[in-house]
Amino acid sequence: MIDSRLQRFLRSPVVWPLAGLALLLVVNLIHNPDFLKIGVLEGHLFGAPVDIFNQGARTFVVALGMTLVIATGGVDLSVGSVMAVAGATAGLCITSGHTSLPLVLAATLGAGALAGLLNGILVAYAGVQPIVATLILMVSGRGIAQFVAHGDVLLIKHPGFEYLGKGFLLGLPFAAILAGLLYLVAQAALRRTAAGLFIEAVGDNPVASRFAGLATARMKCLAYLLCGLCAALAGAMDAANIGAADPYRSGENMELDAIFAVVVGGTALNGGRFTLAGTFAGVLLLQTLSPTLVFLGVPPPVASVPKAILILVVCVLQSDRAGRWLRGLLPKKEVA
Amino acid sequence: MKPALQRRLPLIVTAAVLAVLYVAAGLNYDHFFSLGVAADLFTDNAALGIAATGMTLVIFSGGIDLSVGAVVGFTSILVATLVEKKGVPPVLAAALALGVGTVLGAGMGALIHYFRQPAFLITLAGMFLMRGSAYWISTDPTGLSHPALTKLTLWDWPLGETAALKLSAVVLLAVLVAGGVIGHFTRFGRNLLALGGSEQSALLMGLPVASTRIGVYALNGFFASLAGLALMLNSGSGNPRDGIGLELDAIASVVIGGTLLTGGRGNILGTLLGLLIFGVIQSAIRFDGRLDPAWTRIIIGALLLGFILLQRLLGRLGRRA
Amino acid sequence: MSQPPPLLALRGIGKKFPGVTALAGVDLTVLAGEIHALLGENGAGKSTLIKVLTGVYPADAGEIRLKGELVRPASPKEAEQCGISTVYQEVNLVTSLSIAENLCLGRQPGKGGFVNWPAVRRHARTALARLGLELDVDAELGSLSVALQQMVAIARALDLKARLLILDEPTASLDEKEVGDLFAIMRRLRGEGLGIVFVTHFLDQVYAVSDRITVLRNGALVGEYLTAELPRLALVGKMLGRDIAEATHATGGTATQTPTGAPLLAARGLSRQGALHPLDLEIRQGEILGLAGLLGSGRTETARLLFGIDQRDSGELTRDGKSVGLHSPREAIAAGLAFCSEDRKHEGILPNLSVRENLIVALQARQGATRPLSRAEQDKLCDHYIRALRIKTASPETPIKNLSGGNQQKVLLARWLATRPALIILDEPTRGIDIGAKAEIEALVAQLCADGVSVLFISSELDEIVRNSTRVVVLRERRHAAEFTGTDLNAPRVMQAMAGGHQAHD
Repeated sequence: MIDSRLQRFLRSPVVWPLAGLALLLVVNLIHNPDFLKIGVLEGHLFGAPVDIFNQGARTFVVALGMTLVIATGGVDLSVGSVMAVAGATAGLCITSGHTSLPLVLAATLGAGALAGLLNGILVAYAGVQPIVATLILMVSGRGIAQFVAHGDVLLIKHPGFEYLGKGFLLGLPFAAILAGLLYLVAQAALRRTAAGLFIEAVGDNPVASRFAGLATARMKCLAYLLCGLCAALAGAMDAANIGAADPYRSGENMELDAIFAVVVGGTALNGGRFTLAGTFAGVLLLQTLSPTLVFLGVPPPVASVPKAILILVVCVLQSDRAGRWLRGLLPKKEVA
Repeated sequence: MKPALQRRLPLIVTAAVLAVLYVAAGLNYDHFFSLGVAADLFTDNAALGIAATGMTLVIFSGGIDLSVGAVVGFTSILVATLVEKKGVPPVLAAALALGVGTVLGAGMGALIHYFRQPAFLITLAGMFLMRGSAYWISTDPTGLSHPALTKLTLWDWPLGETAALKLSAVVLLAVLVAGGVIGHFTRFGRNLLALGGSEQSALLMGLPVASTRIGVYALNGFFASLAGLALMLNSGSGNPRDGIGLELDAIASVVIGGTLLTGGRGNILGTLLGLLIFGVIQSAIRFDGRLDPAWTRIIIGALLLGFILLQRLLGRLGRRA
Repeated sequence: MSQPPPLLALRGIGKKFPGVTALAGVDLTVLAGEIHALLGENGAGKSTLIKVLTGVYPADAGEIRLKGELVRPASPKEAEQCGISTVYQEVNLVTSLSIAENLCLGRQPGKGGFVNWPAVRRHARTALARLGLELDVDAELGSLSVALQQMVAIARALDLKARLLILDEPTASLDEKEVGDLFAIMRRLRGEGLGIVFVTHFLDQVYAVSDRITVLRNGALVGEYLTAELPRLALVGKMLGRDIAEATHATGGTATQTPTGAPLLAARGLSRQGALHPLDLEIRQGEILGLAGLLGSGRTETARLLFGIDQRDSGELTRDGKSVGLHSPREAIAAGLAFCSEDRKHEGILPNLSVRENLIVALQARQGATRPLSRAEQDKLCDHYIRALRIKTASPETPIKNLSGGNQQKVLLARWLATRPALIILDEPTRGIDIGAKAEIEALVAQLCADGVSVLFISSELDEIVRNSTRVVVLRERRHAAEFTGTDLNAPRVMQAMAGGHQAHD
């Protein structure tokens, strides 16, 4: 029984990012034996792992929405821009005196929902290719964010709102708790209902899904809507974290980070089966990579080089051609 | 609607949009109708136009390349660093940069073709690779002081008393002509359109699909490097942050120019018109002085949305006919 | 023999795919100046044979001789260079480019990789003139009718030094006049000494234009015949793999009586352009209505219209006498319909999902996402159907793509049975599955009928449809051709109705 459980674990897609993560931890521990050490300062936990969870929270929130979109066989390139729009919306609300937190959050998430809805309608109902449809907001989103923020970085002074990004609850960073809660809620909403199955069915074979009576267009549209909401929440968390809405830099390159986490986590880019746990592991891997590279002497701006190489390798390894080639290379093994 | 008209409709709409914008700007702002402003449209948008020409060819084939902006930044800082800090002759440095762009493009094309990977993902990774590499060379801009480069920076082609084309604008015009010839008068260019129209058909017609696809990404890499050189000369310095977001503007110009983003249909003339729309909006906002520069992106996004929906509509009408 | 060798001689062609023998020992001889019809039902091996001939697949066995010379095309391009050109059913041209360009792509006149446009246009006009066509060569291909696109494809195929022209179902989407134009061109080319291989489903067309016929069945050669000497009924018998004499023995009707009463589902004037001429159809409760007809006769099209997959141009549907829309599968399922598609791979299975998920998805879709079946309910359904239909799977959690075709089919049947439908449409439910599974599925159909479920049973197998149905409607050329019940229902009469023409039952 334990054996079969172990086997199943070893065959699950989460193994690869976890193995990568373990490797990175070893590298870090060699360089810095205290890497995993967690201390307590003024009642807050601190240390590298806490930073990883804290910084990774935003990426995870975006990647969560991205997982759903990719599972339906699409992709959303506009998440970075949507983050900027959402941050700017929050900034505008607060600087213009509408400081009631529910109102600020409603406006922020509303902006994200609107963006996601536009993407969803274009993809699901107008039949525009996902990369083309989401490119529109990728291009114009930053313009909209700058317009909303009047071309400035808006400073946010609002303890309630800032708590989203840098608050601590029971000694833990609130952003990480929020991301964790979102993970649990999403997991329950997708796996305790049939929604997860429907999304996977639509991504796996949209024609067969329609014939089986699924509302394929509605499912796709919903995935983009949720992805927009997630991006907006991440945008709010980002603005809260730095205490400012930066329409220029917020969410920069987030689309690749999110796609990276999803793909490395084992959700296939052409849709179908998805795993939120895999995405979570992918985000951890990505977030651990950055400090590791710093330890290895790679300056932060250059860190995108190894990231890019890693994603190219993962893509190539996941392709059919490489699969055939690798299988040919390995000794023939009977599938148990 | 007559088929011939329907086919040209996007281009006609683009030309009309450009005319309306240009006339509106001219009527609103003094001195907008001048040769100098018109010439500056080309100079200011040289890098964008060069990159958009290459992008047009890639989009002909049904692909996309998100790495061009990063290649621009990489080329800019690479050449500036080599010339100013390492004493490499400018010609050699430029040739090296163009070579790197071409090889990178060919490599991405090969990954896309042989491993059947989505172009946006591979070129997005290419973008990260090149932007990171640019920062690796230097995180700070490097001013140009080499006599040959400053001479090139200052060179212009007078068009009367108040107007002149800078070198980058001349390169842009040459690239547009070259792109037009490649796209419309070579087998390679026609194969691109066939590939974008239907890869299945292209294969069954016996067209060289692999070399065409890899070739167009290589060519686009070359043009992106050339755009980097143009931007470096225009600004008088090499900067690893050059060209951030340029790929999106280039794609927008191509689509607004009536080229189908899914491939198989389009033209370089449209890209020129799309580029000029971009330039006119930017100049008009600059002339105005009160408008937020963010409007450029918003208007471009709205135009993009409009044109993509127009293309979908025409596609559906065409199929029904 | 002193006779000159034929234009094309295929001898003993064999082709295996993993698990399937697609072709075994197939011969085909085409003479110069003849139109040779290549016929067979689904799975007969026509398309595989053509792909071997045009270099898409390599043959595992046998040889191809052109004018006595051994050839082995490794790609469509090589086949073209040998003089074998093909026009496919789906026009394989680029619709967004001009006619002239489509005629010349890949071989444009010009030097050094440049295209000489005036020469391209001249060349295109010449190529079209050979077929007697005058078109604006600068017009976009996509602006032409499918028929004219087809002609352009033929012009391109002939352009080189084509000696053999393969037309793979060129008439599938043409109207009568267009078919006539195409035939005129085919005869003209025959007059020029070209050999033409003509694949079609329409028997009228075979008799209208072909000189000789080769029939394939289940990947094997049935025979080669002179068209003039092969009566229509005999031809259908050969395609379906049975003799007329033998056919008389088969009598139909498993069900003891023909149910009467108000129809469960009725269609009046159901039609869709290019798919189905207006059709009336009634299905009563607890009956198995067989829908017979040759390939392309409109069987699947009818099913798709009933299930709301394609939108009808006209016609009215009633369920228990009340008018219903059925404009989408969702609506059809809500009205108690179920549809098992003939294309298991593309329209049936969710390949990477488990047997359990594939089985419950339609029921769950009808219940909605917020009312999930509990895992216990799912497991119960799975256990029940895996046992009842004897589905062979390692576990309910196995991805369905790992199952054999027959077991995949049973899971899909279970998917629909789980929704407890009032009417289930089965389109070729036994295609591509082994004999044991076939018998089980037939038994299941009878059981459903006994339980009061109506079945619309579509099959190309004559025996199967006669044996299992209480009533059979025959479609021919997308129209209602005949209907049989009770003692009238036997294989020869159904076959005659399918064949049509002079021997048709009247």
